[in-house]
Amino acid sequence: MLRDITLGQYYQTDSILHRLDPRVKLIGTFAFIVGLFLANNVAGYLVAAFFLVSMIKLSNVPVKFMLKGMKAIAFLIVITVVFNTFMTPGEVLIQVWKLKVTKEGLIMAAKLALRLSFLIIGSSIMTLTTTPNQLTDAIESVMGPLKRLHVPVHEVAMMMSIALRFIPILMEETDKIMKAQEARGASFDSGNLIDKTKALIPLLVPLFISAFRRANDLAMAMEARCYRGGDSRTKMKPLIYRRRDVMGYGVLISFLACIIVTRVLF
Amino acid sequence: MSLIFNHVSYEYDSNSSVKSYALKDINLTIEDGGFYGLIGHTGSGKSTLVQHMNGLLHPTSGEVYYDGADIADKDYDLRALRSKVGLVFQYPEHQLFEATVFEDVCFGPKNMGLSKNEAELRAFTALEQVGMPHDLFYSSPFDLSGGQKRRAAIAGVLAMKPKILVLDEPTAGLDPKGRDDILDQISRLHEEENMSIVLVSHSMEDVANYVDRILVMNRGELVYNDVPKAVFAHIHELEGMGLAAPQVTYIMNKLRDDGFNVGLGATTIDEACDNIMKALGR
Repeated sequence: MLRDITLGQYYQTDSILHRLDPRVKLIGTFAFIVGLFLANNVAGYLVAAFFLVSMIKLSNVPVKFMLKGMKAIAFLIVITVVFNTFMTPGEVLIQVWKLKVTKEGLIMAAKLALRLSFLIIGSSIMTLTTTPNQLTDAIESVMGPLKRLHVPVHEVAMMMSIALRFIPILMEETDKIMKAQEARGASFDSGNLIDKTKALIPLLVPLFISAFRRANDLAMAMEARCYRGGDSRTKMKPLIYRRRDVMGYGVLISFLACIIVTRVLF
Repeated sequence: MSLIFNHVSYEYDSNSSVKSYALKDINLTIEDGGFYGLIGHTGSGKSTLVQHMNGLLHPTSGEVYYDGADIADKDYDLRALRSKVGLVFQYPEHQLFEATVFEDVCFGPKNMGLSKNEAELRAFTALEQVGMPHDLFYSSPFDLSGGQKRRAAIAGVLAMKPKILVLDEPTAGLDPKGRDDILDQISRLHEEENMSIVLVSHSMEDVANYVDRILVMNRGELVYNDVPKAVFAHIHELEGMGLAAPQVTYIMNKLRDDGFNVGLGATTIDEACDNIMKALGR
């Protein structure tokens, strides 16, 4: 069940997007989101759709795999569409009892549905083509200037990568503890809500203890290797911009320019 | 009351393009009152096999029968099965969660729907069976030493009074004394309570000293199912699977190679002693 969520997963393959500097992808995703909210007419959405389709093509990730991740948020989109269709005041098209479908509502709903799906596909392209470690490196680098304001950028990035690293480990641990308790006759899916909540105690207590134990071990191992935070720490694989990354920024700027042009012209 | 595996195969992730079998066509009978050693290299499918024994996993194809009934049937009472086939996982101390050792051991019997008195009686007996000192019964399981935690966890399964006790590497990470204590206690359960035991282990010494049948797994297949002597005679095949025979078997082979006419096939130190004495003519 948990395996079906492709949102935020990395897809192992080779493509120009996979090789791109993670900073370009991170900034690119923000640029794309900004572009989406700037677009206010059909032409703007077409530009965004064109950009998105080209990126999907370039990423070499099967479209099927990408759409599988959409399932998880389909519910959210449906709710947004329903509420906007019925709740937006304006020219009434159909009226059933107290529910009014308005022209403005339909347009609003379509816009928002498009925006939401584009947003999610756009950001999942980033996570699909970037390993969690690259992503945290990018975040650390992009947030670098905040260090002057005494924001512990390196520590935040390190915490993120440790957290990401531990997700699969803790999932496996959960599975193991569940099985061990089931072997002692525990049941996690029967009874009413109170029973089910109570049944979680034999799972959560060992899980927390194991998480603390692992955190302790990791801290010890880091200290044993003289880890002392971000000051004057060098990287084995420093991020360096190459020609393709500069081109990537070029593409982003032209994308934003196109969106602004559609806003002004139409 | 035996447990029968009939052509059991188990496939991981059946929807991915690469078929990877964790178990391939396993045929096996766990007889009443038997003491089995299950050995195999890491990733050979041992843990997957034992999880089929109490229905935590169901075969992709084939059947597992307990007491004549297919345990994968929709209306089969898995909870009852799990009290009859007790499974102790690797590092079982990681599953402890209650405030006291005693309460934790009560968890299994309570899940079986037993009365409070009966559950507590069983917990008490189980803790005595694993040799837990009385003054530790009401201390927090997290204050115990590694070996004692392990005992408490094993008692948690014993308290359900299983007919078959399956232990996945019960001695992993214990010192030699702790290891021997645990194995002796398991062996006593086998003799006194006539419990069938399935002992999963890497250590050939552990297995050779206690069990009366050895099951060898390799890449999801059951390669050997025989008495220890017969299995350890395949010393070269075992090495090919990343396993080994007990050290005394090697010593005896070495003695023979160097021209000392001892009988081979000893798997325990006592047997080796006898063979050497015999060769010396005493």
